[in-house]
Amino acid sequence: MLATITLLLFYQLCGELLARYMELPVPGPVIGMLLLFLTLLARDALAETMEVTVEGLLKNLSLLFVPAGVGVITHFELLGENWPAISIALVISSILGMVVTALTMKFLMRSNRG
Amino acid sequence: MKGEIVQLWVYLSATPLFGLTATLVAYLAAVKIHEKFGSKPILNPVVIAVIMLVIMLSVTGMDYATYFDGAQFIHFLLGPATVALAVPLYRQMRKLRTVFFPLMSAIVAGIISGGISAVYIAEFLGASIETALSLAPKSVTAPVAMGIAEAIGGLPSLTAILVVTTGVIGAIIGTRLFDLIGCNDDSVKGVAMGVTSHGIGTARAFQVSSEMGAFSGLAMALSALFTSMLLPWLLTLMGYL
Repeated sequence: MLATITLLLFYQLCGELLARYMELPVPGPVIGMLLLFLTLLARDALAETMEVTVEGLLKNLSLLFVPAGVGVITHFELLGENWPAISIALVISSILGMVVTALTMKFLMRSNRG
Repeated sequence: MKGEIVQLWVYLSATPLFGLTATLVAYLAAVKIHEKFGSKPILNPVVIAVIMLVIMLSVTGMDYATYFDGAQFIHFLLGPATVALAVPLYRQMRKLRTVFFPLMSAIVAGIISGGISAVYIAEFLGASIETALSLAPKSVTAPVAMGIAEAIGGLPSLTAILVVTTGVIGAIIGTRLFDLIGCNDDSVKGVAMGVTSHGIGTARAFQVSSEMGAFSGLAMALSALFTSMLLPWLLTLMGYL
């Protein structure tokens, strides 16, 4: 467990440093994810050892969003003025995003097979 | 007696232990409530936990910064969790290869349609540019979305809330929406869920099936990567940057 957590932090750190140093538009954790993915491609056994800890972390992914969600308390004023615009934009764009993604993939998978 | 309680509270509110413990207790209680009522998507644990904590902060008068002193330890884990997505991504390598082209195209289509429509609709309905831009990265996982918001001139803290809300919306309406459009392939449903509703949608997808969950996690990881590359460029093209 400790080794996996250390590894995750190490890759995140590498990602952050790389993003800053090369002035990439991509956030550090995403670069870290890419670097880890490339490492896994080269070292198959590593995924096995990381499995349990990673599963535990990802199973509780929702929890990690709670502190940011509570931040709503600091934006009540802004949301008070704008909430109809924001909610309508969020709901419609979510529906649109999901429908477009699902239909694009469904259509392309079918034409791929056919 | 009352004096003692006040003193105790003064001590508690000054230590990060309180915000941290309160967050965990609220989340565990929210999960219990969620399960007790048949795991209905509308009773999303994140929403219940946030409501409980907001009420607690309002009642006690504790400010968000003090609460976050403790809660930041949980918030911090979003970074390593994003890195950890490399593992399920690697696990799905074989399936990934067979659907590579449809998958990539669908993710890009989803990012563009979801992100751009949110900005346009919000602006059309009278939201400020700053608010509209804060909406643009709402479909990717929180630390990435906040990073993007900062880069494109939105408000990272507002984006964080919008990210959570979008996640919850997708988790609530997702499965019903897929039934409505006649979509019953778990890999397709997972991808659509992950692109739109990141980690919160992925948590919901895992309730449906492990295949839907894995594809949602995969889509969420790829969409975090693509969105951070595509969005600044798209917004420049649209004349916002």
